[in-house]
Amino acid sequence: MPEPLLKARNLTKHFEITQGFLQKLKGQEKQIVKAVDDIDFDIYWKRNFSVVGESGCGKTTVGKLIMRLLDSTDGSIYMKGKDITELSGKEELKAYRRQTQIIYQDPFSALDPRHRIRQVLEEPLLIHDVGDTREERTDMVHEALEEVRLTPPEKFLRRYPHMLSGGQKQRVSLARAIILDPDFIVADEPVSMLDVSVRAEVLNLMKDLIDEEDITYFYITHDISTTRFFTDYIGVMYLGDLVEKGRVGDVLDKPLHPYTQALLVAVPEPDPDRGRGVKDVPITGEIPSGTNIPDACRFHPRCPHAKKICSKKVPEEREIEDEHYAKCHFAGEIEFDMDVAK
Amino acid sequence: MPGETVLDVEELCTHYLTSDGEVMALDDATFKLHRGESIGIAGESGCGKSTLAFSLLNQVQPPGEIMSGSIDLDGIEVTDLSEKQARREIRWKKISMVFQGAMEIMTPVYTVGHQMVEPLKYHKDIKGKEARRICERYLELVNLDSGIFDRYPHELSGGQKQRVIIATSLLLEPDIVIFDEPTTALDVVVEARIMNDLKRLRRELDISMIFITHDLSILAEVSDNLAIMYAGWIVEFGSAFDIYKDPKHPYTEKLIAAIPDIRKDIDRLEFIPGVPPNLVNPPSGCRFHPRCHKAMEVCKELEPEVYNVDGVKVKCHLFSEDEDIAEDEEASYETAYDDETAAEAYEGELGTEEVEDGIEEEPMEE
Repeated sequence: MPEPLLKARNLTKHFEITQGFLQKLKGQEKQIVKAVDDIDFDIYWKRNFSVVGESGCGKTTVGKLIMRLLDSTDGSIYMKGKDITELSGKEELKAYRRQTQIIYQDPFSALDPRHRIRQVLEEPLLIHDVGDTREERTDMVHEALEEVRLTPPEKFLRRYPHMLSGGQKQRVSLARAIILDPDFIVADEPVSMLDVSVRAEVLNLMKDLIDEEDITYFYITHDISTTRFFTDYIGVMYLGDLVEKGRVGDVLDKPLHPYTQALLVAVPEPDPDRGRGVKDVPITGEIPSGTNIPDACRFHPRCPHAKKICSKKVPEEREIEDEHYAKCHFAGEIEFDMDVAK
Repeated sequence: MPGETVLDVEELCTHYLTSDGEVMALDDATFKLHRGESIGIAGESGCGKSTLAFSLLNQVQPPGEIMSGSIDLDGIEVTDLSEKQARREIRWKKISMVFQGAMEIMTPVYTVGHQMVEPLKYHKDIKGKEARRICERYLELVNLDSGIFDRYPHELSGGQKQRVIIATSLLLEPDIVIFDEPTTALDVVVEARIMNDLKRLRRELDISMIFITHDLSILAEVSDNLAIMYAGWIVEFGSAFDIYKDPKHPYTEKLIAAIPDIRKDIDRLEFIPGVPPNLVNPPSGCRFHPRCHKAMEVCKELEPEVYNVDGVKVKCHLFSEDEDIAEDEEASYETAYDDETAAEAYEGELGTEEVEDGIEEEPMEE
């Protein structure tokens, strides 16, 4: 196995909830949201990693920690062997962020409505002092637009974002991310606001760029159905913890954790031969608040297979199969057949 | 067997009269809905699916206007009703709608119950304990605790709020409920459970449902019939099962192919190149021809008729019995498609001209 490009160890992020004056006066205990709670994962070069989970599970927080948009409470993230949580000062961070870029969910608000596409794409070049002359930068902007298949670039340079469709806007965001030639891109729900037909187009393009530009993606999504196509590894997150991780085919074909199984059953079934009836979604209730994480196994109150031990003991992460990890006392013992469940 | 017809829409046209010209958002929509049946309406953004829903409620906002056609809702001609009549006679009572982003629809300053009893109060003059009893019954029907009646919206999760809105839409026992993107803002697990409840409610209450979404995979599970819309036209209409198994229209074919299959390793996802056309000035002939992988010469010139192919209604020249057109099929051409044509199409759409040369854009500060 090669050395991972990115290694996260014991990564933790807790947020303190600001107390009001009265609460302070009463001496109430400070509430803490455990957004990311002691997780480990490795990402290999050009092997995309996706994180799935419900809203509020902490997946976006992990993305922000990788970007150093948030400072971690504990743990480290090694990028190419260097601990980026220890970067300090403007210069070090600036250099780091040149290699690591982010694409946001909403292409409609990620681009400044008063900037032309040229300005949008030139800005990172100016910030990082790339390209000596205007002509040089123009060439780079052209090149980036061509890479995201917005051709001919001249047609787009002078447009404003509102003159583009949703898919085109997202491609401009992508061009902005790749213009500095990064190694690593955090893609936070990049296609969830796009129509299904356009979604496929943007994902195809992002996949092409893996080889063309040597990019590795960290793909954050709630839509588990796109992960198989786009990524090699997947982590399933629940309430700040990675409950299962492994190669995407293994995890989707043979989910070990009951939560992953529930997520898979819940995916809408496009084949009318299968999901016409009422589905047996095995879990009940909704994701609890991050301030009040259940003891022991954090999934046990919603878990259909919960036994006594689940409310007593925290499950260890175990490698059930080659590179396929799960944090569940009964991982590997629970029978699961997606077609039966549907 | 389908029950009686509760909704009969014929040749319905709704246009928006804007300063840029007439936007033909909905043209010639024809379909029937029977009691207890569900229809799924699918298409990309801007294909006219929401316009169709608002037309059914006679609630098209200006500058939109129902231009022609008829909507027969259980014997009432909806297009003839005034705003006041529509409000009194059909909305909530006969047909109700759960809007997109319905979760934000409740005001944060009143309790759920306070907002929920409103339709009962204004339409049936039911108040107080009686109203509360009815509301609680419906809350339980959508799998909520009746105690939610006294809670404030911010105390509820997204899924719970969505359920409250669904319960409210059922209060006056309408024949038809329209769901406009009912679950887009929700997580998959919550979405699946709400969809389950809707399937159950449809059977228990014997109501008809109309689902509007861009995500065909959801519709496969809940709808009996499917209407695929493109650029204001219903391009394919028929049983959901038949359409999924054997899509006829090239657009439907592509839409279905774009759904990623979670069971298979795939290398590339199918997609439809380009963007939907501008409806002020839609493409000549078939509105889908610039993006169609099976386009023929005739598609550029002639608007296709609706053909009945094995019980599915398809608006496409491929199924024409006219020999001239059928022959033309063999001479079909590869649609030369690239982003340039898409860009041009889009420019036309917005009515924006290329920025004049000579006006130098302001250089960025360095």
